Amino acid sequence: MKNVKVLGTACANCRNTVQLIESVAKEKGVEIALEKVEDMQAIIGYGVMRTPAVVVDGKVVHSGGIPDRAAIAGWIA
Amino acid sequence: MNTITTTTTTPPTLWKWLVGLILAIPVWVFAYWHLDEFAQRLVDLLGLSRETHFGEAMHFFFFDTPKVLLLLTGIVFVMGVVQTFFAPERTRALLSGKRLGVGNVMAASLGIVTPFCSCSAVPLFIGFLSAGVPLGITFSFLISAPMVNEVALVLLFGMFGWKVAALYLGLGLLIAIVAGLVIGQLKMEHHLEDWVQAMVRTDSVDVPDAHMPWTERFQAGWAHVHEIVGKVWPYILAGIALGAGIHGYVPQDFMASIMGRSAWWSVPAAVLLGVPMYSNAAGIIPIVEALIGKGAALGTVLAFMMAVIALSAPEMIILRKVLKPRLIATFVGVVASGIMLVGYVFNVVI
Repeated sequence: MKNVKVLGTACANCRNTVQLIESVAKEKGVEIALEKVEDMQAIIGYGVMRTPAVVVDGKVVHSGGIPDRAAIAGWIA
Repeated sequence: MNTITTTTTTPPTLWKWLVGLILAIPVWVFAYWHLDEFAQRLVDLLGLSRETHFGEAMHFFFFDTPKVLLLLTGIVFVMGVVQTFFAPERTRALLSGKRLGVGNVMAASLGIVTPFCSCSAVPLFIGFLSAGVPLGITFSFLISAPMVNEVALVLLFGMFGWKVAALYLGLGLLIAIVAGLVIGQLKMEHHLEDWVQAMVRTDSVDVPDAHMPWTERFQAGWAHVHEIVGKVWPYILAGIALGAGIHGYVPQDFMASIMGRSAWWSVPAAVLLGVPMYSNAAGIIPIVEALIGKGAALGTVLAFMMAVIALSAPEMIILRKVLKPRLIATFVGVVASGIMLVGYVFNVVI
């Protein structure tokens, strides 16, 4: 099971990213452990400069803006 | 920036983009030069006459709506493509280790073309400082990025002409440069939160977007249009409708007595009023349109607009995580003074 983290504070794009990942995972029937990281120091610890960012199994795969569905499907497959 | 591993950049996609753009540009230009005819036709079609208040208001609406939407779509697309060349990581690498002065000018200019969202302000701030970008230069960027943006410029150009848009651009840059210089000169590094000061300096000079194929750049441009225009069009319609109403009905000089240039206290009042308010450029335009339409002085209204966009209570709360109160107060004080000065200059000059 993939461990997916969405890094981002309370902005609309960050919330939408979480929802989108949830919906793609459900659609593909993939079980994932999804977590939202809101703590600023933790976010900065990943070295990202733009939120929302997505971390899959400890690796930053995306930063800045809502990712597209195809990309999400690729990460969680 | 998307790091999709499965991108197949086949030539046909690029060809499709190029053919599409070659077809779209003449259509855009043709439409832009025939706006007046289009508005006139629609007014005639509705059986209205421009001699009446209502007809005149409708003509204004039919003329300004497609004009602003065309301009916005064009500029936002171009900016979306341009921004792919200026990822924050790249801007950071360009600014790292620069001296005050040149660095501030560069930072303020890069603020226009680097993609920025206020919710990313803190990670960006930390990212800059940790890569050795001086504090004053980081502030020049942080002030310019939200204030001097393409939506504000397009709307000012569309509604008040290129002179107002150019003045806004020039003065916005000037405020960002001077405010950053002042904050840099004050040497306030020890007013950063302790954990920020304790951070180790990281020399990351990765420039990820250097080899992005053009298809992805065009896609990014289109995504930018989708995101920006998709979000702001209701505000723009509301603003133009309001403007049209004022154009047709409300007598001029309605606001002149309280926000006209003769009232010296109107500029500081506009700034004080603007700071706690939080809105983006598109949200504030209906108000700007209404105020100007009713005879408020341009400098006063622009000061209000700048205060709303550049200084906002939610942003202060976010920045409080990395800045101690005195540095926040200095930031607000310096920027607010700059905006007031701009307001007065505008009122005197125009």
